[in-house]
Amino acid sequence: MKKVNLVFQLNGREVAVKVPPETLLVDLLREVLGLKGTKIGCREGECGACTVLLDGDPVNSCILPALKVGGRSVVTIEGLSGADGSLDPLQQAFIDQGAVQCGFCTPGMILNAKALLDKSPRPAEAEIRKAISGVLCRCTGYHKIVVAIQTAAEVRK
Amino acid sequence: MEPAFKELHWSRDIVVKEYLLPGSLPEALDMLDHFKGKARVIAGGTDVIPELRRRDLQVKALVDVSRLPGLNAIEKDGRHIILGGLVTHGQVASSPLIREKAGLLADGAAAVGSPQIRNIATVAGNLVSGRPAADTSIPLLALEASVTIASKKGERVVPLTEFFVSVGETVLDSSREVLTQIRFQGLQPDQGGCTLRLSKRRALTLPILVVAAVVTVDSTARVFKKAAIALGPVAPTPFRARESEAGLKGAPLSREAIRKAAGLAVQECLPRDSLLRGSCSYRQEMIPVFIRRSVQKALEQAGFSID
Repeated sequence: MKKVNLVFQLNGREVAVKVPPETLLVDLLREVLGLKGTKIGCREGECGACTVLLDGDPVNSCILPALKVGGRSVVTIEGLSGADGSLDPLQQAFIDQGAVQCGFCTPGMILNAKALLDKSPRPAEAEIRKAISGVLCRCTGYHKIVVAIQTAAEVRK
Repeated sequence: MEPAFKELHWSRDIVVKEYLLPGSLPEALDMLDHFKGKARVIAGGTDVIPELRRRDLQVKALVDVSRLPGLNAIEKDGRHIILGGLVTHGQVASSPLIREKAGLLADGAAAVGSPQIRNIATVAGNLVSGRPAADTSIPLLALEASVTIASKKGERVVPLTEFFVSVGETVLDSSREVLTQIRFQGLQPDQGGCTLRLSKRRALTLPILVVAAVVTVDSTARVFKKAAIALGPVAPTPFRARESEAGLKGAPLSREAIRKAAGLAVQECLPRDSLLRGSCSYRQEMIPVFIRRSVQKALEQAGFSID
C-alpha cells in the first residue's frame, strides 16, 4: 500500500508521518502515535468517545480521514496537561467532583467542555448540556459532569 | 481475531486506494473524471466514512473537496442567501444572517447529530446524502431553495423540488459532480417560517417527523397568499405537502382553516413502520398536528395573530 506524507500540529508540536490513504485519525493517534487517551466506542460518529479538537473545534476522530488534518492543529486529551504533568482545570474538576466513573467518555467530555469554555468562559447550564450532548456517558447520569464543568469555569476565571 | 468478531461493523477498516485533496474545482472534476465513476466526493465525511465502513459504498478513491477555495461562506445577494457547498451545519446554526432571515433553517441545522458532527458535516452533504430524514433538506425545501451542481460538462441549477429521487438517491452523481452552492430567498416582511421536529431525545437522534413551513400573508385581506410546507421522513424523499399548501392558498388566518388544510397532507404520506422511530399510524396521526403547529408558529414569527 502506497503511503502518503502527512504533516500537522499535534498538541502544539509538529508531527510528520507517512500513512496509508484510508487511515482514520483515531487509528493514527492510537496505533501509530501511541496516544491511547482518545477512545473508540461506536466507530461511527455517534458516541463521542473519540472526540479531539480540530483547530479548536470538537470533531469525531473515528470518522475523520487522517489526511484531512494536514496543516491543521489537533489537540487530544494528552495535550491538556502541562509539560510538568500539571492538570488542566477541567481535568482537576472532573476528579474533584467525582465526574469520572468508568472513564471511557471522559476525554470526549473534557475536550467538548474545553472548546465550550474557550469560546464562552461563563456558560449557562443549558449551554454546557448542549456542548456535551455529543458524548454518551452510561455511568454518571451527566449531573456530576455538568457540575465539574461549572467548577472548572469558576477556577479558570 | 475470532471470525464472529470480525463481522461487527466497528471492527472493519475502510478500503480506499487513493485519498485526493484537490486545490481547485476544475482539479477536483478532473480527478473524478479520471476515475470514471469509481471515485466519490467527500466533504465532512460523516456519512461517507460510515457508509464505506459498512461496505454500503465501495470506491477506489475519495476526492476530498474540503480545501476548494471560496465555498465555505454564507453570503447575501440582494434578497437571496447563498450557502457555499462547504458551509457546515454549525456555521448555519450560529449565523446571525440565517437566524434573522431563515430561522427555520438554523433550527434544522442545529438539530443534526451532535456538536462534533455539526462542526464538520456540510449542509450540501446533508442534501447529497438524500436521506428522507435530513434535517436541513426539509426547511430548504420550504424555502424553495435551488442548488448549483458542477461537472466537467459545466454547471446546472436544480430546484430542490426536483433534486431528490429516492432513499439515498438524488439527481446528483457524486462520482462525477460537486454541489457548489445552495441558494434561496430570505424571509420577507410578509413571510414567516418555522421548523418543528419530533424525536425521542433532544440530541443525537434521527427525527420521527420534521415539518417546515414558510407562509406568505396578505396582511390587508388577512389571508394566506401562499404556503410552502415540507415534510420528512414520511416517504422515500423529503417532499412538499402540495395538498395542504393548496388548502391554505387564499384561506383566512384562522385556526379552523389551518386545521383543515393540515389534515390534507396525510393522504400524500406513507411513513414506514420503525421500531426505533414510531409506527406508520403514529406518524400519520402526528403529521396534521405538526403541520398545524408549524403553520401557526410561522404566522406568529411573521407577527400575525390567528383568528
